[in-house]
Amino acid sequence: MARIMEETRKAFITGNEAVTWGALAAGAEIMFGYPITPQNEVMHYWTRLAPQYGKGFLQTEDELSAGFTVCGSVQSGKKAFTATAGPGNVLMQEPFGMAEAMRLPLFAVIQQRGGPSSGTVVYSQQEVTLTTFGGNGEGHRIVYSTASHQEIYDYTIKGFNTAWKYRFPTFLLGDGYQAKMREPLEMYNPEDRGIEMIDTYPLIGLPGHIGENREPQHLCNIYSLEEELYEVVMRVSAEYEAISPELVEYEEKECEDADIIVLSHGVVSRAADDAVKELRAQGIKAGYFRPITLRPYPQKQLREAIAKSGAKKLLIAESAYGQLDRLTKQEIYGETIKIENLFMPGVGIIDYDIISKVKSSL
Amino acid sequence: MGMIAPVTPKSWYLPSKPHKFCPGCGHGIVLKALGETIDELEIQDKVVFGCDIGCSLLAWNFFACDSTQTHHGRTTPVMVGIKRSRPELVTIGYMGDGGGYSIGSQHLLNAAVRNEKVSLILVNNTNYGMTGGQMAPTTLPGQKTETSPFGRDPELTGYPTKGPEFLAELTSDKAYVARATVAKYKQLKRFLRNALRNQMEGNGFSFVEVLSTCPTNWRTNAQQTWNFLEEEMEPYFPVGELKSPFGKGDK
Repeated sequence: MARIMEETRKAFITGNEAVTWGALAAGAEIMFGYPITPQNEVMHYWTRLAPQYGKGFLQTEDELSAGFTVCGSVQSGKKAFTATAGPGNVLMQEPFGMAEAMRLPLFAVIQQRGGPSSGTVVYSQQEVTLTTFGGNGEGHRIVYSTASHQEIYDYTIKGFNTAWKYRFPTFLLGDGYQAKMREPLEMYNPEDRGIEMIDTYPLIGLPGHIGENREPQHLCNIYSLEEELYEVVMRVSAEYEAISPELVEYEEKECEDADIIVLSHGVVSRAADDAVKELRAQGIKAGYFRPITLRPYPQKQLREAIAKSGAKKLLIAESAYGQLDRLTKQEIYGETIKIENLFMPGVGIIDYDIISKVKSSL
Repeated sequence: MGMIAPVTPKSWYLPSKPHKFCPGCGHGIVLKALGETIDELEIQDKVVFGCDIGCSLLAWNFFACDSTQTHHGRTTPVMVGIKRSRPELVTIGYMGDGGGYSIGSQHLLNAAVRNEKVSLILVNNTNYGMTGGQMAPTTLPGQKTETSPFGRDPELTGYPTKGPEFLAELTSDKAYVARATVAKYKQLKRFLRNALRNQMEGNGFSFVEVLSTCPTNWRTNAQQTWNFLEEEMEPYFPVGELKSPFGKGDK
C-alpha cells in the first residue's frame, strides 16, 4: 500500500479534512458522495487529494445512489466509502440496510446535524437512533462515536479495518462541531503505528473461469421462505454477538467512588470530562463514562462501573432528546440506579451545563 | 419416444432451471437471448449481472455468471459502483418498468447523462407484476390494472413513459439506446449484443427496453397476450434503435 505521508506529522485542520486524510492513510480507493452540510468538506478535500494518489470519486445524484454505489464498489472488492448527514443519513438507511443484509464492508462517516427534517445544518447528536438502529433490520452495525480530531483520524483508519475484518457496515459518528472545528492532531501512516490494514477482496467479479475452476457467485438479500430469512438473521445475530466483546470500546474515569456518573458520548463527553474534573475539585464525587462504540454498546462495562462505584445516580447528557438515554436504558435493563437527564437537542453542551445539573441532582 | 432437450446457453445456471417465471411471461425469452449473447461474446467470466426487485428479481441466480441482487430501483447505482471500481467487468443491470422508470428513474436518468459505461436492460410489461398487477409508468391509456381498475386515465395519471425516447435525448453520441420486443427474437439479440459491445468497447451508457408479456396480470390467454404485445404495445412503443454508435439506427 502506498505511503500517504513521509512521516508522522502534526496538523491543525478541520474534522472533515481529518476524515479525508484518515481515509487516504487507510488506503481507501474511491469515495461516492452527495452534498449535504456539514460533511461537504470531506468531498472537497477528497476531490483535491484523490487524483494525487490515483483514487476515484463520483458525485452521485442523491444519497440513495451514493450508498448503493458504495455497496456495488465494495462487492467488487474496492475500499469505498461515503459521508453524509441528517436527511442524507435518512436516505442512506436503505443502502445501509442492504449492507447489513449482505454483510457488505461499507464504511460511512456521519456528521450529525440538527433534526428532525432539515433541522439545522449546524450540530446535534440526534442521529444516534438512526445510525445505530436505522433501517428495517436488527442494528447489525458497528458505530464509533468520536470526540476529537485525533479520534476522527484514528477511527477512520480503524473503521475501514473493522468493516473489512468483520463485514458489518461500520460508521464513524461525528457531528457538525467536529466536522467544522479546527484542532491539532497527529497524522501518521498506519504501518508506522503497527496497524496492519486488512486486505480487501471481491465478492463478485472473481478471477478464474466459471465451470472450470470456480463457481458463479450469486449474492442476494431476499428469501422466499420465512424460515430461510429466520436462519440468516439468527446466524448473523449470533456472529454479531460473538464479536461484540472484542469490538466494544469505552472510556471511564473517576468511577471507583462516584456518587454520580456522568454518561455522554461524542463531543459532549469533552464537556463531561471538564465538568467531572471541576466537580472533583469542588469535592463532589462525580464519575465519567463514555461509550465509544454505541453499537455494540459497552453495557457490561457500564454495569460494572455502576456496581463498583455504588453511585446513586446516572446523569445522561446529550445534544438530543433522549436518544443516548433510550439506547443506554435498553442496554442496562434491570439496573436500579436513578437516571437523571440533561437533554439539549440540537445545541451544544458545556461543562457549566453539566456541573449545574449535577449539583441540582444531588 | 425420446425427447429432444432444448439447447440452453452455456452461461445459464442449470441448478436454477426450470426458471420460476409464470407460463407465458416474456422474461424467459429476454434471458435466453441475453444468455446466448453472453456466450457469443465469450464474456461469461467477466459479467456481473445485477437484478432489481420485482419479477426481474427471479433472475438472481439465473446465470452462471457472478450476480448480485439489489433493491427496487437501485440496480443502476449498484452497477455504476461496480463499473467505476472495476472497469474490466461487464455490468448488466436487469430491471422492470417500475424499477427503472418510477422508483429508480433518478438513477437511470443521471447514469445516462453521465454516460456511465453500464448496460441496462429494462423489461416493459406495462404493469407491476410481482406485487400483483398495479399500474406502472408504462401502463397504456385505458388499460385496467389493480390500481387503475377502470382503466388508466391520462387526465389523472398522464401518458405512458417512453423511456428510450427520453434517454436518447439525454445521452451523448457514445450511448446506445434501443427498444426491442420479445416478439422479434433475432432483433432482440442484435440489440442486446450492441448494448454489451458498446460497454465493452468503452463507449458508454447502453440501454435496451424490451416489450414483454404478462398474461398472469393481464388476465389474457395466449392469443390475447400476443395480440396485446403486437397490436397494443408496439404501436405506442415503437421498436428500433434510437441511438447507436454502430452506424445507422435499425428501425
